[in-house]
Amino acid sequence: MAEPWEEEGPGTVKKFMYVNRKAPYGTIYALESLEVVLIAAAFEQDVSLAFLDDGVYELKKGQDTAGIGMKNFSPTYRALEGYDIEKLYVEAESLAERGLTEADLLVPVEVMSREALAKMMDEQDVILSF
Amino acid sequence: MPIEVNGKSYETDEEGYLANLNEWNPEVGAAMAKADGCDLTDSHWEVINFLREYYEEYQIAPAVRVLTKAIGKKLGEDKGNSKYLYELFPYGPAKQACKYAGLPKPTGCV
Repeated sequence: MAEPWEEEGPGTVKKFMYVNRKAPYGTIYALESLEVVLIAAAFEQDVSLAFLDDGVYELKKGQDTAGIGMKNFSPTYRALEGYDIEKLYVEAESLAERGLTEADLLVPVEVMSREALAKMMDEQDVILSF
Repeated sequence: MPIEVNGKSYETDEEGYLANLNEWNPEVGAAMAKADGCDLTDSHWEVINFLREYYEEYQIAPAVRVLTKAIGKKLGEDKGNSKYLYELFPYGPAKQACKYAGLPKPTGCV
């Protein structure tokens, strides 16, 4: 007999997208999203992260939080690869509107247009928005 | 509950993890282990030091699956497996080794 945790076979892998729209500090959304991603990584689903609007700042290189007395958690995005989370999508328009380019980001990402990202969202089974 | 090491008191949370990771030193780690009935060997320290380096780089304590894989990469496949790590840290390698390393309890699957 299958153990309870074995009941669902590999056929039930779902596409999860975590959508990050907020600046890294000032609200808890960015950190909470990252923590949920790290915890949920154990469930071996098809996970991707999307960064748009002010969410693109979450991946900005050279964050210095000394002035606001918060922990700089941006190095943790570099740990995602070790958790087998390698699909990071960044919306090109959000970057451009903020004067940023891919070179300003601290992890390798795939930059895609708003239109392409919307299409990608359409293909997800679950979208979690932060 | 605070722990006493060499006449100095160290604040811990309700599960015994060090409250301020900057206060950590090897003596504190050894004292925590001793309280759990565990004498730390060089093999234990290898994992503890690895965890401290991981935390320094990524600002998180890794989940056990990630720790196991990373240890294998760094210290060799004979050490990057659950059997080896659970023999060293029977309460769970990530959970127990993080405690002695002065790190917070790992996020997620421990």
